[in-house]
Amino acid sequence: MDNERIINLSHGSGGSRTLKLIKEVFAGAFRTPQLLELDDAAVMDGETVFTTDSYVVRPIFYPGGDIGSLSIYGTVNDLVVMGARPLFVSSSFIIEEGFEIAALKKIALSMQDAAGRAGVSIVTGDTKVVERGNADGLYITTAGIGKLIVEPRPCRERIEAGNKIILTGYIADHGLAVILARGELNLTADIKSDAAPLTGLLLPHLDGSVRFMRDPTRGGVAMVLNEAVDGMDFGILIEEEAIPLRRESGSLCEILGFDPLYIGNEGKAVIFVSGDSAESLLEKLRQHPLGKESSIIGEVTEGRPGKVVMQTATGGLRIIDMPVGEQLPRIC
Amino acid sequence: MPDTPTVLRSFRDRKLVASLSDLIRRTSKREIRIMEICGGHTHAIHRFGLPDLLPPTIKLISGPGCPVCVTPASYIDGIIAACVEGGATIVTFGDLIRVPGSELSLESARARGGNIRIIYSPLDAVEIASKTDKETILLALGFETTAPAIAVAVKEAAQKGLDNFHIASALKLMPPAMTALAEMEDCRIDGFICPGHVSAIIGWEPYQPLVDRFGLACAVSGFEPLDIMESILGIVRQVEERKPCVFNQYDRVVTGRGNERALDTIHEVFSIGPGHWRGLGDIGESGLYLKERYSEFDASSVIPVRAGRPRQDISGCICPEILTGKADPSQCVLFSHKCRPDNPVGACMVSREGTCYIWHKYNIV
Repeated sequence: MDNERIINLSHGSGGSRTLKLIKEVFAGAFRTPQLLELDDAAVMDGETVFTTDSYVVRPIFYPGGDIGSLSIYGTVNDLVVMGARPLFVSSSFIIEEGFEIAALKKIALSMQDAAGRAGVSIVTGDTKVVERGNADGLYITTAGIGKLIVEPRPCRERIEAGNKIILTGYIADHGLAVILARGELNLTADIKSDAAPLTGLLLPHLDGSVRFMRDPTRGGVAMVLNEAVDGMDFGILIEEEAIPLRRESGSLCEILGFDPLYIGNEGKAVIFVSGDSAESLLEKLRQHPLGKESSIIGEVTEGRPGKVVMQTATGGLRIIDMPVGEQLPRIC
Repeated sequence: MPDTPTVLRSFRDRKLVASLSDLIRRTSKREIRIMEICGGHTHAIHRFGLPDLLPPTIKLISGPGCPVCVTPASYIDGIIAACVEGGATIVTFGDLIRVPGSELSLESARARGGNIRIIYSPLDAVEIASKTDKETILLALGFETTAPAIAVAVKEAAQKGLDNFHIASALKLMPPAMTALAEMEDCRIDGFICPGHVSAIIGWEPYQPLVDRFGLACAVSGFEPLDIMESILGIVRQVEERKPCVFNQYDRVVTGRGNERALDTIHEVFSIGPGHWRGLGDIGESGLYLKERYSEFDASSVIPVRAGRPRQDISGCICPEILTGKADPSQCVLFSHKCRPDNPVGACMVSREGTCYIWHKYNIV
């Protein structure tokens, strides 16, 4: 098929085609052990964690945030879910000729503010300008370094049947806010991006009972759950009724035919925790402003290995599969 | 989910759905096959996990009501030629872009520089055309549901005097296809869940001949779990009592004669002709074509006709049998192996309303 010869938008969706591309092109060529783990970040010397991410969100400013704050939170959160305290961040800018310096200043201030909230310092960077038409305004790449603060660290191999799964709040806000901000749908709704640093919400509660964590960005909660079970000897059962979703977001998804489980978030975590520690962790998370709506959405099961199954609000069972194709391009 | 809009919540109420499930179990004695015509129903049935709630006597089979799935591959080839070779802007609903043509899909054509715009409303296409001198082609796919909006777009383009706006019509009519299914010698369908949105336009009366001529049980259904379960109950009752009729379950939206204004708009712009359905072949009086007075907007005048070979059918793909309810995806050797949503072979694996896509997505095997 042609999509195996050239890149198209779905290769950047974060779903199965992205995974295939990473495995076949990058991991195949680089062969570093950390990369082959296909984690959100690499653990380098047993305690230093390193990650990088590029941001191409369109539009650059949207309710609840902008490309600048997103580029900090996204990278910070990739470190936090590894069990690391984020420390230093780099930022590189690819700017299209003609971009307004006032807008760039606004974005830089937003990044500094975000770095303050997340407790990191922006210590190095780079600037490139390309001819008009060769980029869409502004792209940012950030990288981040952090230190592991918990041993053993949360990782996929530590998930086991009986673990509970906590989602730390309302889903789908970021993706929907960005899509609405494009103004192409002639719809308005009071939905803001949830972009936020997970540092204060998660780091104080990390201990051995936390088995695995991910921030459900591109591909949404469905992607995280599928990555957790992929090729493993356990499955996941979640309850539709337990998934926190704002009424506005639910309505918008109904109108547009989106499934909120597949829409990106930028300030949420999916946490796999030992069954007997789940309630106490839930209580602690709910004390934090970013975790008030935290909910236990399901558990890890021995049955249906490799599959994510949802008990629907109507009472039936359905499979939640890996996202396929282009979901919502350029939301981050 | 806790904050689902209240109206929808009541149509998804677990207890009410369970009591309908009970009633269906108690009423259903004979083994029956019910075809849901509309891809939207197929999607809803599996999204809410309804097959779990039905007795083994009832088999749901999926019909040809997915616009993308019944559109011939040669149509895609023509569009891609217009886009890649002719430089036209292609304006389309999103589902179509991954359908494989003979060599490329629209998605690959876009990656190779083709200008392809995804829209939600056909009027957006007129808007796009009016802002440029470039040739703009709206892909007009769908059934009676989509046709009125396409017709309005054509009228709008005429009013604006646009000469760079064209539509490539593969619009189709549903009742002739249902009749064709019923007429097949090996038809093993006891009842139809009639398409809800199509019925909002045409009304429920057009299905009466299916009852009179073929004795088929019919229910016009909404798309929520309670709607579908109530429609299934209605069909089971008709079959058990041997009193087929058209049960209008979706009466909050559907009337006997439909939306007359929408129908008038369709007939003002389109005339009816033969339709070519992937899987079902040619069905007379099932396609919509621009009338003479709007023929200047017909894209066939600007789509390069290629003398090349028609698309070879891929060996093993049984989309035609699936679209006619004669086979289900598990009987296809390509299903979930060579043919997957991220690399579809047949159209039924592409669309969100395609039977194979839905079976794969919800892991029905």
